[in-house]
Order: sequence, then structure tokens, then C-alpha cells
Amino acid sequence: MKYSLLFAALASILIVMMIGIFTFREALPAFRDIGVKNLLTESAWRPGEGQYGILAMIAGSGLVTLGAIVLGVPLALGCAIFLSEIAHPNLRAFVKPCVELLAGIPSVVYGLFGMVIIVPVVRGIDIPGNTGFGLFSASIVLAVMILPTITSVAEHAIRSVPKEFREGSLALGATKWETIQKVIIPGARSGIISAIVLGLGRALGETIAMIMVIGNSVIIPAASTDNPLSIFLSRARTLTGNIAVEINYATGLHESALFATGVILFVLIIVVNSSAKYLMSHGSLEKIR
Amino acid sequence: MTGKTVMKTSNFSLFYGSFKALHSITMDIPVNRITAIIGPSGCGKSSLLRSFNRMNDLISSMRTEGSILIDGKNVYSQDVVELRKKVGMVFQRPNPFPKSIFDNVAYGPRIHGIRDKYKLAAIVEQSIRDAALWDEVKDDLGKSAFTLSGGQQQRLCIARALAVEPEVILMDEPASALDPVATLKIEELMEKLKSKYTIVVVTHNMQQAARVSDYTAFLLTDSERSGNLIEFGPTTEMFTNPSDTRTEDYICGRFG
Repeated sequence: MKYSLLFAALASILIVMMIGIFTFREALPAFRDIGVKNLLTESAWRPGEGQYGILAMIAGSGLVTLGAIVLGVPLALGCAIFLSEIAHPNLRAFVKPCVELLAGIPSVVYGLFGMVIIVPVVRGIDIPGNTGFGLFSASIVLAVMILPTITSVAEHAIRSVPKEFREGSLALGATKWETIQKVIIPGARSGIISAIVLGLGRALGETIAMIMVIGNSVIIPAASTDNPLSIFLSRARTLTGNIAVEINYATGLHESALFATGVILFVLIIVVNSSAKYLMSHGSLEKIR
Repeated sequence: MTGKTVMKTSNFSLFYGSFKALHSITMDIPVNRITAIIGPSGCGKSSLLRSFNRMNDLISSMRTEGSILIDGKNVYSQDVVELRKKVGMVFQRPNPFPKSIFDNVAYGPRIHGIRDKYKLAAIVEQSIRDAALWDEVKDDLGKSAFTLSGGQQQRLCIARALAVEPEVILMDEPASALDPVATLKIEELMEKLKSKYTIVVVTHNMQQAARVSDYTAFLLTDSERSGNLIEFGPTTEMFTNPSDTRTEDYICGRFG
């Protein structure tokens, strides 16, 4: 019994290692022939002409993640604070499963929702060249997708703040809102930060919903008007989307370059997730200040 | 009873849903004295203490009857923030905030609108001195409050309460989580503080009540009713010549 469980545990480690090794091995020709520096810093991706720069995809993934964090984090934290501190238990019992349900919706459905609802609305913004497909629509869809992750981790962190802090603050004549602002949120800070970082990791890895709304053009997004925010109306492509869109017909160095894209994504997400884990285990209350 | 009273409790009852936790309590808290509330577990002493600064408001099914007056004004019909400025509280387990020693003590004055740096510093120093903690922490005000020992943390919590300049300080078994030496320090501090403040202390420890308090209230839950005030009077009288046999039995350790 003990050994079969050990085998199960080892199997998952083995699978992760094999995926890592396999992806890296397939990416090796790209790293060797194109070079890591060219791969990361060249903006042109023209597989037909032997140009394999993924800078545009890095920019696309970075910007859409940034947009999703900017839109999603305030919403998620507001929801977490409401659920843990303000909502009546009955209301909480209703709202919390609804938020969690968001996590269970397949990402292709989010993509459909984005294409049918969000994209036409964004298309209404009257700026030349705006098709609705692009970073802004993708950021909105992604913000909703990371909502449940951030909300539930942050809510857990807020609820774990000892009730003694709450009482101590209220007993000094602080209002509920002052208590939330000055004692509870600072007390839950490390948990809230790791919630955001987990959301970030989820955002970076999202694929199909992004392909459906982001436009998939290999360009470095740029502002089309004087307003720098119009950069978000630009079409873009994510690292994940790059792989999914092209892998079916890619061969040779092209295929290897896609694997290299995967390796970079892999490393990025490992870094993000481990920093979330680190923050959760080392940012305990005693360490504040 | 001689002297002025600061809080008047008359026919005060407290309900949690349909459960009656306090039964028609009438007692006056004398000013600049230490009043101890004693009684076995579950007799309602903490509920009574928490009624004085409305910490019971946190329980949604809570309901009251009768009245508690502070300086002639009903506790339950005034602004709760104003009330809690007047009636401070120290809890059973030391509960400093995850902030520096300075910021812990400055917390109350800051939320009540004091922004001036020098004024804050003066209040913090005076409060920590009054809580007999200054010599131990004066060089470490920027350090986390969690670096202090349990007894020091509890005195910091007392300093934090003093910084708001309350009239009354409620203490809910303030020494029950501390060792004997730290307990003694808290008791000495209470003795010192009563010249400026009125103190109401809940305690499990009969010797502590006898040592520190001027007046004692004895609460009991009997078979019919919960949260009864059995006896209330000067501590010396109550411990040497109790008027109720149940008080005598409890004080002598025959139950509870």
C-alpha cells in the first residue's frame, strides 16, 4: 500500500520532469541556431523567412496580464473584503459559491462570451483601426477569469486575521471601515500579495480565450492616438497563443522555436508561482516590520 | 455606597437570541476605584463587561433591556465610537497589532484625528510611561510589538488604551495568560492607574480580586436563571463577611 502511494507521488514528479526535459530538448535547436538573445529581443516573427523573435508575444502576454491585473485586482479584493468582513453570513453563503463557479467555467466559454459580448462593445470606441479584437477585450475577459483565484485566496487571508486584532481596533473607537483599512488589510498583506501573484500566474498561462479575443497579430502593440492608453486597443498575440495557433503546421526550426516559446513560458510561470508560495510561507504576521 | 459613580447599570438584561445571558443587573461603578467582577465560567461576567463598551454589538442576535448610563447618558443610545473613546478595553490575551510599538500606541489618537507628529510622540511617551513600560522599550519604539514578552505586550495594550484618554478601562482577565511575575506587574499598574481612571476587571482568580479591587460583584448562573448578580459591595466586606451563602461557598472554593 505504502509503495503504491509512493509510486503515485513519484509519478507526478516524474511527469513534470519529463514534460520539462522533453520541451527543453525540442527547443534546443532553436536555442542553438537562433540564439536565446535573438529569440528574446527580435521583434520580427516570420517563420517563412527564418525570423524567430518572440518579443511581440512577450509584450502581448505582459500587457494583457497587466491589464487583467489592473481591472481584476480591485474587483477581486473588493469582493474578498465584502465576503469576509461585511456580508451577512446568508449572503456570503450565496455569493461565495457564485464566485467559485466562475473558476469552473471552461475557458473556451469565456472566449465565446468575449467574442459575442465584449468585442462588439469595445468596437464601439471610435478610434481608427479599432476592430474590438485586441488587448482591451482580452484584458476584460482575463480579469474575470482570474477573479475567483484572487478572491478566494485573498478572502481566506483576510479571514485568517485573528479576531483579537479586530476587537482591539474596535475597542479603541475605530469604525469598521478604519479597522478594515488599518488593521485587517495590513494583517492579511502577505496573503493578499500571494493571491495577486497566483492570479498573475493564471493570467500568463491562459490560452484559448485569449486566442479568441486578442486578434493574434504578431505586432508589438503601440498606441494609435495621442492617448497612451490606446495601446490597449491594439491587436496582439500571447506566448501561449503563438504556440497553439502555429504548432499544427510547424516543422523543423519553426517547430523548435515554438517549443522555445513554451520553455520561456514554463520558466516564467514557475518563477511567478514559486514567488507566490514563498510569500505565503515567509510573509507571516510576525515578519511584518 | 460612598463616592461618585461613573457608570450606572439599572435592571440591565442581555439576550443572545432567546438565551438570556444577563438577568436584570443593577450596580453602580464607583469612580477612581477598581471594581472586580467574579463568578464561575459561563456566569456572564464577560458579557456584562462587554456591555459597558458595547463589544457585544458584534453579535447580531444580541438584544438588551434596561439601561447602562455613563456620565448620565445611555450607553446604548449614544454614538458607539464616542462611547469606546470613553470606555477603553484590555483583553484576555495580549493583542497588539502587527505594527511597531509606537504605531500600536499611536493607533487610537491617529484614528481620532491627531496628525501632529510632536503631539503624537508626546501622547505615545506619556501613555507608555503611565503603563510602566517606558524604561523597557524607549529605545525600541520602532520595533515590532511582537518582539515583546507576553507581559510587556499586555502593558503595551494598556498603554494603547490609555492613549485615547478614557474615563473607564475594562479589563477582561488581563493577567490570565501571563506568568506570576508579569501578573504582579499588571496588578501594581492597576493600583497606580486608579488615581486617574476607573477600572472594571473580570477575573477568575479570587486572590487577585481580593488583592486589587475595592468593590466586588459576584455573578452566578443557577438552575433557573443565568447571569444573576448575587452580591455587590466593598471587597473587604464581601471576602470577610459575605451576606449570601452562595458567595461564601464560591469564595471559599466550595464550587466554581
